[in-house]
This record gives sequence, structure tokens and C-alpha cells, in this order.
Amino acid sequence: MSFTLSAADFLSVLPESILFAMGMVVLVFEMFGTGRDTRNLAYLSLLSLLVSGFALHRLAGRGITGFGGSITADPFAIVLGMIFLLVVALIVLVSIRYLHDRGVGHGEYYALLLFACGGMMLMVSSTDLLTIFIGLEILSISSYVLCGLIQGDLRSNESALKYFLLGAFATGFLLYGMVLLYGATGSIRLPEIAAAVNRSEVRGNPMIWYGLGLILVGFGFKIALVPFHMWTPDVYEGAPTPVTAFLSSAPKAAGFGALIRILTEGLGALTPEWSQVLWVVAALTMTVGNALALQQDNIKRMLAYSSIAHAGYILVALVAGGRDSLGGVLFYLLAYAFMNSGAFAVLILASSPVRERVTFEDYRGYGYVEPALALAMVVFMLSLTGIPLTAGFAGKFQIFKSAIDKGYVWLAVIGLLNSVVSVYYYLRMIVVMYMQRPTAEHPPERVVPSVPLYVAVAASALGVLYLGVFPAGWLELSVRSVTSLLAGG
Amino acid sequence: MANYLWLIPALPLLGFVVNGLLGRRLGHAAVSLLGPGVVGLSLVLSALAFIDMVNAPELRLSQSLFTWIEAGSFSVPVAFTVDRLSGLYILIVTGVGFLIHVYSVGYMHAEEGYHRFFAYLNLFIFFMLLLVLADSFLLLFVGWEGVGLCSYLLIGFSFERDAAAKAAKKAFVVNRIGDFGFIVATLMLFSVFGTLQIDAVLAQAPARLTAGGTLVTALTLLLFLGATGKSAQIPLYVWLPDAMEGPTPVSALIHAATMVTAGLYMVARLSALFVLAPATLTVIAVVGAATAFFAATIGLAQNDIKRVLAYSTVSQLGYMFLAMGVGAFSAGIFHVMTHAFFKALLFLGSGSVILALHHEQDMQKMGGLAKRLPITTFTFIIGTLALTGFPLLFAGFFSKDEILWQAFASPAGHPGLWAVGALTALLTAFYMFRAVGLTFFGASRVDPHHARHIRESPWTMTVPLLLLAVLSIGGGWIGIPHLLGGPAGLPNVFEHYFDGFFARLPAEAAQHAASTELLLMAVSTVGALFMMWVAFRLFSRDLAPAARLRERFAGAHRLLAAKYWIDELYEATVVQPIRWTSDRVLWRIVDAGIIDGIVNGVGYAARFLGGALRLTQSGVIENYAVGIAIGAVAILWYLVF
Amino acid sequence: MIPVTHVLVLSAALFAIGVSGVILRRNAIVVFMSVELMLNAVNVAFVGFAYGLNSMTGIMFVLFVLVVAATEAVVGLAIMLAIFRNRGTLNIDEFNLLRW
Repeated sequence: MSFTLSAADFLSVLPESILFAMGMVVLVFEMFGTGRDTRNLAYLSLLSLLVSGFALHRLAGRGITGFGGSITADPFAIVLGMIFLLVVALIVLVSIRYLHDRGVGHGEYYALLLFACGGMMLMVSSTDLLTIFIGLEILSISSYVLCGLIQGDLRSNESALKYFLLGAFATGFLLYGMVLLYGATGSIRLPEIAAAVNRSEVRGNPMIWYGLGLILVGFGFKIALVPFHMWTPDVYEGAPTPVTAFLSSAPKAAGFGALIRILTEGLGALTPEWSQVLWVVAALTMTVGNALALQQDNIKRMLAYSSIAHAGYILVALVAGGRDSLGGVLFYLLAYAFMNSGAFAVLILASSPVRERVTFEDYRGYGYVEPALALAMVVFMLSLTGIPLTAGFAGKFQIFKSAIDKGYVWLAVIGLLNSVVSVYYYLRMIVVMYMQRPTAEHPPERVVPSVPLYVAVAASALGVLYLGVFPAGWLELSVRSVTSLLAGG
Repeated sequence: MANYLWLIPALPLLGFVVNGLLGRRLGHAAVSLLGPGVVGLSLVLSALAFIDMVNAPELRLSQSLFTWIEAGSFSVPVAFTVDRLSGLYILIVTGVGFLIHVYSVGYMHAEEGYHRFFAYLNLFIFFMLLLVLADSFLLLFVGWEGVGLCSYLLIGFSFERDAAAKAAKKAFVVNRIGDFGFIVATLMLFSVFGTLQIDAVLAQAPARLTAGGTLVTALTLLLFLGATGKSAQIPLYVWLPDAMEGPTPVSALIHAATMVTAGLYMVARLSALFVLAPATLTVIAVVGAATAFFAATIGLAQNDIKRVLAYSTVSQLGYMFLAMGVGAFSAGIFHVMTHAFFKALLFLGSGSVILALHHEQDMQKMGGLAKRLPITTFTFIIGTLALTGFPLLFAGFFSKDEILWQAFASPAGHPGLWAVGALTALLTAFYMFRAVGLTFFGASRVDPHHARHIRESPWTMTVPLLLLAVLSIGGGWIGIPHLLGGPAGLPNVFEHYFDGFFARLPAEAAQHAASTELLLMAVSTVGALFMMWVAFRLFSRDLAPAARLRERFAGAHRLLAAKYWIDELYEATVVQPIRWTSDRVLWRIVDAGIIDGIVNGVGYAARFLGGALRLTQSGVIENYAVGIAIGAVAILWYLVF
Repeated sequence: MIPVTHVLVLSAALFAIGVSGVILRRNAIVVFMSVELMLNAVNVAFVGFAYGLNSMTGIMFVLFVLVVAATEAVVGLAIMLAIFRNRGTLNIDEFNLLRW
């Protein structure tokens, strides 16, 4: 083994490196910056994301691998990386006013977002258990801090503590799974693991099964699958709203990306077994998530449960497997990023430090107070429900179509029934906004305008509609970019 | 060629966008012009397309726009097709829709949110046209969900009333249950055929699917579940009677021209699939006949004029499904068309009454309106005669008779189906004439405050009524049965219109003598006439002239008294028990209790599950850790053992 | 030479003790220490396998796990400090503002 670093090594992690470096630059600027106005740092972060995105774009189609094959810039990693950059950019946009108004989280907030984004990109471009683990931890540790951003707020404290303790607990399971895979196969590299697992004597070793199970537990926690989901609503409710918006979409996408890579590139030979387990988990996740969402009056909590249900829908595609399904996962992740971030952006725009608007009641008659904002919310809710001509429909259609095509009729039926049930709570938002009059305790008031927030809401709404009306382009790209993954496995 | 087809749905969409975004600024007059105008233009184009289609070599036109979804081998183009079925439908949708738009200009002119109302109406027409013109299952589904969404917006338009908001939500949720069946069937069709183009699926169906097999039966039953949601059949009809909470033009639109006929359209379009599943057809016929009868019995005891009409819609839709179930697709579509005319007429007529009485819908507070509202009364009676199948002159007679005859004579038919259908016809005659009697004749029971201000509606409302009345009379003549038209030299245009279009049942029809057809027709017709007379006698009596008569002609008094005796006997032995059962058992218990309960039950079950699961979210970290540990043990146990 | 199995048994026992600690203990610091115990169980297993397989990869992994555990401790203790200042306790049973 040689210890020289080649240009390919640097190139393969260039987008991540840009984010990490810029994160530190943001921290330094903050230290020497003047006053508490951190808006310039936000724009600096946006610029960093843009530059990183450009670097990522330049990597496309070159098939660069670095560090002895531990890092790959394959289409799968690049497409997911673009999704992360997009989500984080939206989150930066929605955070600017929130932080400024509340006087919390100065430069370190943006730095942490950049670090988390880099961590996620590292996670999905790794083909090695160690780098996956490092990416995951960069993401997780940044997220713990982000949850506890408002130091004086009891709920924010509690959210951070819960996330931290349970997250570390789940990390223990994940690592134990990794060590067992290492022990059973003798390697932590996914291609070498795949080669070992193809031999029947390795498959006969119970360690491989324990390892697989524990890895499923670890990722099950990260992407909030039932029964590893219970932390989700508490953490999401307590965290500052922009952080909730971030947590409910991007880290899940990263978790799915890494899980898909491990399960297809590394453990493809065990597909019959893990797909059976995930079948049950998917059915439970969809059902429990939806049933719990029905009960909520707090919209953040409702969206937390709905994010569990959506993870269940995505898992259906993972169970079904194959190009069309996994392409459907990428499609759905982007669609979900738009609709989820958009819904949170509306909540943030409508709230002020004096009055947080996070319950259904707060939006009584909102359709007549803020017609445009309410209309955007309708678009997001319809998309989450899966009504045609929105991104949510195109994504669900692709996922359930390929599931039925692969013979998973019952799983698809459970998923579709669940999406019928979900109408109840998404529709409630629309009913409250358009069919109820404001009351004295919940007076209507116009929002304080904020250009970055308007941009975020408009971009999300347009994204939802564009993916709904013209899904062909992105779907084609998604399906194409998972092809390399399956060829390798 | 046919490159203008896209304009047919695009115009109402344009109307929606302009009315919705700029309506407030454009002002009342511009919205009044634009709302109906775009649908009118659409109607002109539809007529043009219809003429082109009839002259086209294969009796179909199509236009391809762009590729909507493409992934691997799977691709769904956005393309529109006009053939004999969709050509007829676009005429109905835009024609009746246009008249309803014009009527709304008068009906809604004083309402708040005028432009919003027209925006929703336009959007509704757009989605309905999309549904009808779609050449792939996916595009059809877009229209299918779209009309559900619009019905939600329109029914809940006057959300100030709690009932309206509830009804809207119910309509949407119940429709979603039906949609679930449709989308599952669509996805299964894709996995069998590898395409979602309707023509391709229908062409390959006989080769790929075993007739009478489980797969095709499951597929068609799922599709039928979708149809029961949209077209309000047992068990998913519950939303339709509540849907009359919307403004009256909306009821007319939903009940007559658009939404409820979507399910029938889908079944007719996919006739090639349905004939492969005889079991499904039997289910459809039985559900149709049961719905027709059941809804008619409920209609007997309603006092709200719109509710009577709503149940009559459910009942008439049952007829249409009965026709489809016995393989008489063309007869079913014929009834869709005639029903669109007279039901729109009846709803708009009832709207005219309601507006004249300042939003009074209770028939017990009407009566004697014939003198004050001559045009409304005249047209409403025409609509009623058409609906009840008054012989020889009215649209409903021909289409209903055709269905009854097919229910008897078709290879999939059964005398029992005919009997239920004929009985329903009698009940229909009864409750409709009860409504006419209570509303327009007899002494006025109108609130004296309003009585002075009753006046006929403006021309924007009466002209559509008159036009629809003409259609209700004339629309049936294109489908005159051979039996009656033959001797007079009138051909059954409608029957030949669909020659070779719908799939046929494999079995040969048994030969029936013309005398049988005449006999059955006579039985149901005479029965219906009798019921009309009874109902009209009972509910249109004016007591004052009767008292004067009794004084002047003492001899005739005995006769009158005897009449009364017959009436009262009838009242005691027939009407009261029927009314009691209808009101107490069928409506209160079966309809509002059991069937509503099952549909709501799904929701309650989900909420209950949520409530129970919620207890696991204790907020305590160790409990969550235990959850993770238990999950880990379960997964490991499953994988290792 | 110690068989790898022995190392594995030790590691599994440590892991089990860690999991039970997380489930049973009430003090946030002790819970976190139990998590650290789980991570160390992983380290023991890595070293054991590296020894058995005669590969350096496992040893390298251990170094990274140690670093990560240290950073987690930094962040975790900061979070606990913040919550202790506001609530005056670290008993996790009392942190249930957020539930249902």
C-alpha cells in the first residue's frame, strides 16, 4: 500500500472539503465579526453550498474514486449530494430571520449546517463502513448541537438531550453490527464484503446475521423506522423549527442513501432475508406513523409523524428493489425535501418570537389573511397526501407501481390504504385555513415580510408543482443513477 | 386535423386561472362573461370535434401533447382521444356545464366569493374533460382525483354552515376510498400489461387474461370499487345526499353532468375488461339494482326538496349500473345522457324555487307556487315526467325502458333484476309527484314574510331551464325502441351509434317475443302512471275548493268521501308503513347509522389505533431505549432463527 | 494465544451491560457512561477480530471510534450542562415536557 495522495483522492472529496473548510471560515468570521448580525454569514454559507454544488456537478460522469476505493463519486452519490445541498440551502434561507429575531445561534449555526451537509455527502459517497460511520457521526454530532440551539429554552434542551442519548445508544448498535460484519467477512470495504458474502460458508456464520440485524437497527433509528421511531416527535417538536425542517428531510435521505449502498453493494447476496425484515418494518412504519399523525394538534409534531409514514413509503421501494424502485427512492427523496421544507418554511414565516404558530388552531381563516402563503401550504399538503399533479403523487406512483410490478401487491395495498388515511390530517390543515373563522384567542395577523423566506416557499412550491407536472426528466435521471449501484452489487 | 383537442380542456383551465387569480380585480361583469364564456367556447370546440370524429375514418380523433412520465421502458404520454363514447361525454359535460354556468350567473350574483365560485366551476369542468379525454389510466386518474378535489371545494363553498364543511370533507374522504381501488387496479394493470395506455390494455386483455379468472375478477372489482365512490353506489354513496349542501348549481353539476357519471364512464370505457369477468358483472348488476331500490325508498320520506333529488340521483345511477351489469353498456350510457338533461333541469328548477323562497328547502313550507313561478313549475314538471318515465314523450321513458328490458332479456339478465327495477320505477313516480304536489300545488304554506316577494327568476336562470326542458323531451327520441319506432319509421339512432364499440357478452341472447317486451313495458308504465296519480292526489290537494264542492254538490260528497276513504286506506296501509320504514329504518338506521358508520368506522379505527399508540410516546428516554432494544431483539431473533 | 471467541464473549457481555445501563439508570451522565461502555465493547471486538484476522483495519477502526466517542462526550456534556442549569436536575424521568 502506498501512502501518496493522488489528485483523484483530493477530487473525490472536493465538494465535502469545500463545505468543511467554509464551515471553519464561517466560524472564524463569526469570531472577528462585528455585532450580532449574522446575515452575511448566511449568504457566505449559501455561496459555499453553491461552490460545493458546482464542484459536485463537475465530478459527474467521471467515475472518480479516491482513497483506495473508499470514496466514490458515482451518480448515486452525486444525485443525493445535490439533494442535500438543496435542502441545506433552503434551510439557510428559512433560518436567517428566525435566528435574527430570536438572537440565538450565531455563526456556529451555519457552520454546523455546513458540517452536517458535508457529513451527509461523505456518508453516501463512502463504500467503506469506516467512512460511512465517520460521515454519520459528523452529521449526528452537528444535529445534536443544532437541536439544543436555544440554550434557555427547556424544550430545546430536552430535545437535544433525547436526541443525543438515544442517538448515541443507536450508534452503539450500528457499530456493533459493523464489527460483526468485519469479523465475519474480514473486511470493512463493501465490495470485499459482497465477495465474501457470496460464499456460502460465510453466510452460514451467524455473525453475519447479527451484523445485518444490528446495522438495520442503527439505520432504523436514523431514518426513524418503527419501532425505532419514538424519539422523532419529541425531538422535532422541541428543536427550533428550521432545525426540525432540516432533520426531517436531509438526514433521512442520507440514512437511506447509506443504507441502500450497504444493502445492495455490500449485502446484495442477503437480499431475500433483509427484504423480509424490511417488509414488516415498512408496513409497521407506514401504519404507526399515520395513526399517530391523526392524533396531533401541533403541526410540527404532525409533520414529525408524517415523516415517519413517508419513510415507510420509501422503504417499500427498498423492499421491492431493482432499478425502478431505487430510482423511485431518489425521486421521492427530492419530492419530499421540497414539500416538507416548504411546509416548515410556511410555519416559520407565519411565526414570530412573540407568537409561534405551530398548532392547527393558529391557522384558522389563514386562507383569507395570507392568500398566497395559504395557497402554497395547500400545495404542500396536497403533495404530502399524494394528489395528482404534485410531486408527492408522482413519487408514490413510481414507488407503488414498481412494488406491484415486483409482486409486492399487499405491501403496496397497505401503503395505499395508509395514504388514504393520511388525507384526514393533511386535509385538516386546508379545512382550518379555508373553512374556519379566526377566533379571539387565535387572531389573524399578516406576516412580517422576509425575502429569503418568500424565496424558500416559492422555490419549494414551484419544485413540487414542476416535479408533479413534468416528472419525466428527474425520474429518468434518478433511475439512471442507481444503475451503477446495482451493477456493482 | 385534431390538433385543437387540447383547447377543449385548456379553455376551462384558463378560466380557472384568470378567475382565480384576477377575478377580484376584474369585477363582477367580466367574471360573468369569462366563467360561462370559456365553457361555451369549449362546447363549440367539442361539437366541432364530435362532427370531425363522426366523419373520421375510424370514428376517433387523437392528439398527443408531450411525454409525461418516462422511466426505462415505461412511458406515459399526455394525449387526448375523442371517440364515440368520449365524444358524447364531452358534449354532455360542456353542454350541460355551460347551461349551469349561465344559470349560476343569476343564482350566485349576490353571493360572496363570486369569482372564486366560477374559478372552482371552471376547474371542475377542466378535470372532468381531462378524465373523459384521457387516453391512459394515469391521466384518467388525474382527472378522477381532480373532480374529487373540486367537489370538495364546491360543496364546502358556503363553509359558514357547519354541515357544508362536513359534507365537503365527507365527499373527499369517501371518494379517496374509491380512488384507492382505482389506483391499485391501475398499478396491477401495469404489472400485467406493462403499459397504461387504455387502448393497448383493452386490445391485449382477451389474450392476456383468462376470462372469468381470479385476476381479472379482482381487477374489475377494484375498478368497480373506484366507480362506487365516484358514482355513489352502495356502500360508498353516502357522500352524495350530503353533497347537496353545496350551492344548487353545484348539485346540478355534480349530480347531472359530471362527477357521478365518471364511474359509469370508466366502466363503459373498460367494457372489454368487464365482460371478461362475469362474476363482477353480476356484482355490478346486483349492487346497481339494490342501490336503485334502496335510495328510492329513502326518497319517499324526505322533506327537503334537494334531498329528494339527491336520493333520486343515487337511485338513477343504480339503474345505469344495472344496465352495465347486464352487459347493456349502450343502454346505460343512453340513460346517463337523458339523466344529465332532466336531473340538471330538476336541480336548477329546485334552485329557482329555493332562491324565490329565500333559501327555504323544506317542501312542507312550500305549496301553491305554480301561479307565482310559472316557468319554473312548467319546466320542473317536464323534468319530473322525464325522470319518472312518462310514456312516449319524454327522454327518461325510453332510456329507462331500455334498461328494464335489457335487465330482463340480456343473457346476464334476470327477471328478479327486472322486478326490482320496475318496482323502483313505481317508487320513483310516487316520490317525484309527491315533491311536485307539495311544492307547486295545493295551498301555500310559505312563510308570510317571504310570500309577498316571490317572483320568477331572471332570464339567466329561466333560459337554461327551458333549454334543458327541450332536451329532456327531445333527447330520448334518438333512442326509440324498435318496438315503438319501427312501425312509425323512426330508427333507434343511439343503438347504432355505439355499434361495435362496446364489448359483448360471450353468451347469445335468448330470443324474446316482441309481445313480451310490450307486456313488460306496459306493466311498468301503467304502474308508474298509477303511482303518479296517487301521489299527486295525495299531496296536491287544496282543501278550500274541496269544502266548497262538498256544499254545492252534496250528492258528489259521498263520492269524494269514498275517494277519501280509498286515499286514507291507502295512506294507512301503504304510505304510512313505507314512510315509517323509510324514515326510521332505512334512513336513520341503515343509511345514517350502519353504512355511514362503516365508512366513518375506518377513520375511527385509525384514530383509535393512534390513540392507543400515543400512549407509547411517554416522553421518557428509557422507554424509548427499551423500544429500540425490543426492536433489535425482534429483528435479530427473526434473522437468526 | 487467546481464542477470538473469548474476546467476543467479553465484548458481548460489556455490550449487554451497557444496554442494560441505558435502560435501567436514571441519571443522564450514567446513561451516557453506559453508552460509552457499549462503544468500548465494540472496540474490544474490533481489536479481537483484528488479532484473529491478522488485519490492521480493526485497530484503525478502534482509533476512529475513540475519537468519535470523545467528541460525543464533549457535545453530550455541554448539552447536559445546559439542561442542568435550567432544570437543576439530570434525572431523565423528569424530562418529559415533550410527549404524545
